[in-house]
Order: sequence, then structure tokens, then C-alpha cells
Amino acid sequence: MPKDGGIGASSKRREDVRFLTGNGNYTDDINLRGQAYVHFLRSDIAHGTLKSVDTSAAEGMPGVVQIFTGKDFEAVGGMPCGWQVTDKHGQPMQEPGHPVLAQGKVRHVGEPIAAVVAETYEQARDAAEAIVLDIDELPAVVDMKEAVKDGAPKVHDDLTSNLCYDWGFVEENKGAVDEAFNNAAHVTTLELTNNRLIANPMEPRVAVGDYSRSGGEHTLYTTSQNPHVIRLLMGAFVLGIPEHKLRVVAPDVGGGFGTKIFHYQEEAFCTFAAKACNRPVKWTSTRSEAFMSDAHGRDHVTKIELALDADNNFTALRTDTYANMGAYLSTFAPSVPTWLHGTLMAGNYKTPLIYVNVKAVFTNTVPVDAYRGAGRPEATYQLERLVDKAAHELGVDPIALRRQNFITEFPYATPVAVEYDTGDYVATMDKLEEMADIAGFAARRKESEAKGKLRGFGVNCYIEACGIAPSNLVGQLGARAGLYESATVRVNATGGLVVMTGSHSHGQGHETSFAQVVAEMIGIDENMIEIVHGDTARTPMGMGTYGSRSIAVGGSAMVRATEKIIAKAKKIASHLLEASEGDIELKDGAFSVAGTDKSVAWGDVTLAAYVPHNYPLEDIEPGLEETAFYDPSNFTYPSGAYACEVELDPETGQVTIERFSAADDFGNIINPMIVTGQVHGGLAQGIGQALLENCVYDSDGQLLSASYMDYAMPRAADLPFYDVDHSCQTPCTHNPLGVKGCGEAGAIGSPPAVVNAVIDAMRSGGKDVAHIDMPVSPARVWAAMNG
Amino acid sequence: MYNFDVERPSTIQDAVKAMGREEAQPMSGGQTLIPTLKARLAAPSVLVSLTGIDEMKGVCLDDEGRVCIGGATTHATVAREAEAHYPALASLAARIGDPAVRNRGTIGGSIANNDPSACYPAGALGSGATIVTNNREIAADDYFQGMFETALEEGEIVTEVKFPVPTAAHYEKILQPASRFPLVAAFVAKFSDGVRVAITGASNDGVFRWAEAEQALSSNFSPDAVAGLSLDGSNMISDLHGTGAYRAHLCGVMTKRAVAAIG
Repeated sequence: MPKDGGIGASSKRREDVRFLTGNGNYTDDINLRGQAYVHFLRSDIAHGTLKSVDTSAAEGMPGVVQIFTGKDFEAVGGMPCGWQVTDKHGQPMQEPGHPVLAQGKVRHVGEPIAAVVAETYEQARDAAEAIVLDIDELPAVVDMKEAVKDGAPKVHDDLTSNLCYDWGFVEENKGAVDEAFNNAAHVTTLELTNNRLIANPMEPRVAVGDYSRSGGEHTLYTTSQNPHVIRLLMGAFVLGIPEHKLRVVAPDVGGGFGTKIFHYQEEAFCTFAAKACNRPVKWTSTRSEAFMSDAHGRDHVTKIELALDADNNFTALRTDTYANMGAYLSTFAPSVPTWLHGTLMAGNYKTPLIYVNVKAVFTNTVPVDAYRGAGRPEATYQLERLVDKAAHELGVDPIALRRQNFITEFPYATPVAVEYDTGDYVATMDKLEEMADIAGFAARRKESEAKGKLRGFGVNCYIEACGIAPSNLVGQLGARAGLYESATVRVNATGGLVVMTGSHSHGQGHETSFAQVVAEMIGIDENMIEIVHGDTARTPMGMGTYGSRSIAVGGSAMVRATEKIIAKAKKIASHLLEASEGDIELKDGAFSVAGTDKSVAWGDVTLAAYVPHNYPLEDIEPGLEETAFYDPSNFTYPSGAYACEVELDPETGQVTIERFSAADDFGNIINPMIVTGQVHGGLAQGIGQALLENCVYDSDGQLLSASYMDYAMPRAADLPFYDVDHSCQTPCTHNPLGVKGCGEAGAIGSPPAVVNAVIDAMRSGGKDVAHIDMPVSPARVWAAMNG
Repeated sequence: MYNFDVERPSTIQDAVKAMGREEAQPMSGGQTLIPTLKARLAAPSVLVSLTGIDEMKGVCLDDEGRVCIGGATTHATVAREAEAHYPALASLAARIGDPAVRNRGTIGGSIANNDPSACYPAGALGSGATIVTNNREIAADDYFQGMFETALEEGEIVTEVKFPVPTAAHYEKILQPASRFPLVAAFVAKFSDGVRVAITGASNDGVFRWAEAEQALSSNFSPDAVAGLSLDGSNMISDLHGTGAYRAHLCGVMTKRAVAAIG
């Protein structure tokens, strides 16, 4: 019998009522009295010397309030980078300046050069067209391998080259890894590209800056996944505003997928301009601007090699990756191809020796940063494609090869610096084999062939690391932030609760699932609990939502705070019941004395806390409000096995996904329906990357896939009815809920299964294709079949 | 978008008069034009809306049995009202774009714009339709003159398109994955005196008739008849979604499948 509330219940998402009835409060819904609008004049040249920005004709245009250029921002800081990677020689990465508005040079198409603040958006745009730019165009660098060659044009003249860092991990293991390759019975090599993506949340970015002269207070309303991080970065590093004078609000946010983690120039601009113009300043991104100003994702070029012994045991793994940083370092860009990628290269396998090399490269393209999965999809894709290729070369079953090399004992310390606390890869693979009906595949293939189609089956495993932690470790790895989470639980006199969390919900359903946890702990109705997030003035300092960390880290902070509440409430109850505190039990929202029928209701205790007439004032303070900060001792490690079945039209190259099965281990689950929804969304994005999405620049640095006419998003008709299971559960061993994280799994785990299935289909048609790059478009499949 | 005036005539005569204004731009469903205006890629001073002209709307049969479609008739209306008379054309209309496009976009707008990847040009050319304007009738063979190029003169308005009804026809397309326009599509129409094959999405010169395929199918109307034919991909559209060679190959596949669908 499913539960109808609390942990494990598929409670309906309470936030959907307002989203689906048009009552959401998104940043673009915020309109302040007297607000002006800003339009950014952006570079349409990828690389050039900015000789002059002549705003004189534009100044007098109707409605213009003020025009800003890079000069206006010379006195303020640049956009900060939140992570410093140390290269294989022990040197810090090359870190270029990143101005709010271009200074001296333009370095990518879409870089803001000038900003026009006007009475209306159209007037701002009209005036921007009257600004005269004098730009000396320079040769652009787009291809990463070209960019690191001697003599390549430099994106940043003050750096020694376009190489941000050359990272070796673990550098000390390199000799042993090379030795293992020398002694290998078989070596499988694969070269591939992990295609560049544009996140495309449904809601484009928006920023509204406000300034109060009376108190000298700044407020920024913004589409962010982490308002406290924006407050810290923008206040401390860009504009020099102390945190007590700066409030950042991220209200309802319509999807983030990573691209709304970062601190962007437009946020700093609106905050700055609101004070300069003494009126609120609003920016709403057009979809065209989003394509060329939201941080992009992925974009790795990799060579990966696997060494096996004569019994097909994996003995070593070696990778060589070029990772595109774009023209500037976005907030967390350096961490993605290193600590979020290299640490995952062991995957689900007990490969004893691993060496990962990553060269991060500056190019004249939009900055690249975390996108759903962030480094982990890149790791999973190359590894799981490689294992499939090895199985084919060795003539063994790809599932059997995986099973043979699975990690089976936990905790397991990988050779890439992380320790998996728990998992059961055999169980998820067993489950997957059952779901995917492998026995019936041969008959399904025959049916397809009768229609002139090819059918392929592909599988992969994945491991991911969620809730990046602990702070003292990530600090050593170069993070310039802590990675704890916070929660304040405020109990009201009449028994209702408000939980103020540092996590941020932009589609994840926290308002529902977080309330379920507290309801379970106290034994009260979920509807007595309100979840507040997204406002630095209302919530304790928190790090926000990304990396599938919210329930594992933010949820744990909430549990700790609620435990404090319960402990104090028990003291009050023991006083009211005239019993020893140690005898008080909390069950179903009532406190009772063990072994008696004496009890007091939750609401009587909360009322006593605020109307302390009969209250132990000599022992405890009145009130019932507690805060906790939770810093995890380790990542959590969700894992799973995915299978994809495709049908391929050999005449056109078109691929359709006929079946998709996902067996995940997320540990304990708070709301199964929400978890299923998160997996569905992740799968759509993973399949989107595998089949459709591709961000393409030409050699001059012009963005070719700059609209939905050329950037292919997945649509419902492109996706199958998924078969999703999360009954395999090995609870996380180190957080109080035993939870892992589920937001990114689908995007991490699905691309290799799709590509493995397509290659299997092509082989069944007599074409032994070693590899095909994503997106596996009809044109590419046809070319591969006829190459 | 930039500022502009809007005229909303209710007769063809008034529309023609309005088109006489400087930098006037006719607008039918606006499904291409409005995004262009929003991106500030066009700056007409006057938009002349054609969707309020009743005499340019609807589907009927003329004395010769041709299906006559008013220039301001939406794709959704054609899908519904041409179904009984010319099912292949109705099916083409039913598969254009998405519901918004089908309920706003019109046949006249599509034909006048002549996007090299649009569906209607293939239907009109493949059917041997007659394009009727406010001052003349133009055979489809003379009307489509290249990518976004037509025989229309400045200010001339497509008021009606007349389709002879073939004994059988079919429109087969493969979608470009992003825009969902045809990557390549073939309209095959079988008449008592021969077969017409029109291809859209492929050529740098826009919609075209595939003469070799028409000849082969006129003597042997079967998928096998086109199996050995090939087109030169060197003057075909080559972009992120496919090379000219791939598009040339798809012309054969789409034509073959259209023939197979007719049976």
C-alpha cells in the first residue's frame, strides 16, 4: 500500500498548481515602479580589437536614460572564477580578466560591448543601433587543437598561450599506467567528440536591479539556481557591495540545467546601473541572446585507451582530453573537465590504474561551463563507448565484459581519488536485463528487418558523484567556495512550520519533497510545512542547487535543523507532561511519556514555546526556531544501468528510439513520482544530446546553430515511453536520509546507450562502424553507412 | 521590431491600393514575416494584412474540376476542406509546421515567399497548378524561379491557387531535425497524360521538377523505375543538417517512397 504522505509517498507537486495556472512569479513578472530597460549591444565579431565605441549619436535618441561602455566599469572588478585548477606542473591555471562590458578587445560573438538604458526596451534597442563601433577584426581561434599550436592567434594577449591548464590526474600514476599498457594483452583505443550543447531552459535569463537611496541597499532579482552565490561573487568581487547591503532574489525559475548557476555580466550590470541611474533597470534575454550569452556545455575532444589482460580484466585506462573553456572562464568552468570528470573515470569498474590528462583551452566562443551532469556525462560517454568497442574487438558480450569488471565490494577507493561508499552494480544490471527483455530482442529485430529497417541494442552503466563535498577537501582542490548547505526551521505558535533552505528549486519539486521529510520526522501533515527558498534576505547562507545535491546536502541540513527542533520540543513537552526528558517519545505529531497514556499534542508544545506561561524558562529560551549547516563527509554515488533499442532506416539514416530502460540506484527515495520525473527529464536531455542537439561554430567563430531553426531540441515525438525503475536501493552511508541524487542521472547515463545501439544496428546491416559522433543525425548515419 | 503602419483591407482592390504605399509589405499568416520583423531583419513602413479579405479565402472546385484555394486560406482549412477533392494536397497541408503555423499560415504566403524548403511549392509545382494574382494567371512552371524568387512583381498579390487534380498523388518528406521543415521532400502526381515530380528542400535553386524521374515514371509507374536514377548533389543545399550528396540521395528515396505510397 503506497503511503499517502511523508517519506516514500508520491505526493503531488504542490508548486505545479501555481505553475500550471499561470500564477508563478518569475523574474520577468517582476516590474518595479519607474523601471527602465537595458539592451546590450553585443559583438557580432568573434575576435577583434575594440578601437572605439562612439555613443554620441545614440545619446540623443528618444527615451535614452544612459549609455554604458567598458570604460564605465574600469573601476569595478571583473567577473570572478570560482575554481582554480592547478596544472600537472604544480602551477595555477592561466586566469584572464573578464570584464562586465568589453574592454580593449571582443573575444566571442555575443560578448556585450555597450548597454543602453532607456524608457522602453524598443527605445533601448533603437539607440543601440546608433552606436558606432570601430573594431579591427583579428583571426579567430575555434578549434581547440589549432588553438594550442605555436603561433595561433591568442584570445588573451596577456596570457602566454591559449592553454588554460594542462592537468594530469593522478600525475604520480602516469608511469605505472604507461607500464600497464606496455604489458597489456589487448588495448582498445577510441577517439571521440562530446558535442557542445546549449542548455535552452524554457525561461530565458532575466535580471532586475534595484537601489534604495534611503538605505543604500541594492536588490537584484535574477534567474539563478543559487542566489547566495551570486550575492557573494557579485558583491565581493565585482561591485564591492557588502553583503548586508545586497539582497539577491531568485523567485520562480523556469529551468536551469546548470546554465543558471553562474554569475553573469547582465546581473552585475543591472545592479550597477540601478544605482547609477537611480531607478530600477531590467533586462530580459531574447532567445537569440540566450544562444550566444548563456554558458554552453560539454565540448570535449578525447582520446581514450583501455588496457586489458588476457582474461579481459581491465588493467589500465588512459585519457587525453581537450576541454573548451570558450573565451573567458565562466564561474565554475575549470572544475568541470577536472574534478567533476577525472574523478569519475573509474566508472563502475575496478580498473586499478587510471591516468587522465585534460588540456583546457581558450577559444573565441561563448564560455563553457556546467550543464546537467557537468563532466560526469563526458566521463561516462567515453568510458562506456570504449567498453563497448573493447567487447566488440574481443568478440565478447558487452554486458558480460562489464559484469566481469564491476566493482563488487564497498567502500571502494578508486585510483582517481574518490571512495564509493556503497552500490550494487550487479543488482541494477540484473534489473535492467529483466526490463529490457533481451530475450525478445531477436524477434523484434526480425520484425524491423521485415520492414526494411535495422534494429540495434545498446547498454551502458554509469556512476555519478552528487553533492560535491566536503568543503575542506574541495578547498584543497581549488574551489573558492564552501559546499555545505543550510536550513532554518521556524515553527510557528500554532504548529505550522516554515523551512528556509539554501537549496533552490527551479523545477525539482523541493517545495513538495522537502516538506515530506519534515512531515515524516514530526508526524504531521505535509501541508503544515512551507518551504521557502531563493531569497538571501529570507534564507540562511546556502550554496544553491546544482550537481544533484539538494536532497543529499540541503535535505540533510534540513534534517539536522529539524532534529534540533524536535530535541527542544521534547524538553518543552517533558515540562508540560512533568516527565523526564529521556522518556518523551514523538509519534504521529504527539509527545507521549513512554509506557503511559500521558501525551501532549504538537500544537500545544509549539504554542507553549511562544506563549511561555507554563514553560521551563530557567532551562531553555522561548521560541522554536533552529538553523543547521551541513557539510557532507563525501559525495554520494548513484549508479545504474541503461538500455536503448533503436530502429534505423538504412535508406535515410534516420534513427528512432523504440525502447529505453533505466535501472537506477538512488538510495532511499523521498518521492518516487518526482524521482521518476527527474529521470524522464534527464533522459530527454541525454537523448537530445545523442540524437539531435549540436552547437556549431564556423572557422570564423560565427555561431551557426544560433536559433531553433538549426539547433535541434528533443520533442515529445522524438522520445519513447521510458521504462524507469529505482527499486534497487543501496542507501548512502554517510547522510542522515540515506539519499543520493537523481537530477542528472538520466542525462549522464543515456548518451552511450543510444550510440551503442545505433552502432549495433549499423553492424546488423553489415556495416562495421567503429564509432560515430553525436549527435547521431540522419546525415551522419547515412554517411557512416555509405562511407 | 521597428514601428510600422498596418492596413487591413477587406477587398483585393483595396489591398492592391495599399500595396502602392512606399515600402509596403503584404502579410498573410505572418509565420515567416513576424519572426523576421522581431529579429529586426526587415523594416517595412506598412504591413498590408491579407487575412481580412473574404474573397481570398476558402476551398472550392471550378468548372474544370480544379481545386481552387484562396490565397489567404490557412493550411488547417486546406487540410480540412480539400480532403474530399485532393487528399494528397490536404495531407501536405496537414503536415506543415505545427498547429500555430497551420492555423495562421496561408497558401498564398507560402507560395509568395517560396522558401526553398517549404512544402506548398512542391505541391503546386508537382500538381502543375496555376498561380492567380490580382492581375494575371501564372503557370507553376513559370512561377517558381529560384530560392525565395518568384515571377511576382512588386506589389503583386497571390489571390488564388488552382490545382488540377491528378488521378493519384503523394507527398513524402523527411524532416530537418531542428526547424522541422522538409530536409527533402518529393511531391509525386500521376495524371492520365504523365507524371510530375517536384522536389523541395534540396536545391540551391529552390523547388524543381525532376525530369528524369517524371520520364521514367510516366512509362513505368513503380518504385523500381526511379531506383537507378541519381541527381547531382553539387548544386544542392549543404548545411549543418546534410551535404548536397545526402540531399541528392534523399531525393531518390523520397520519390521512390511517394510512388510506393501511391501504389
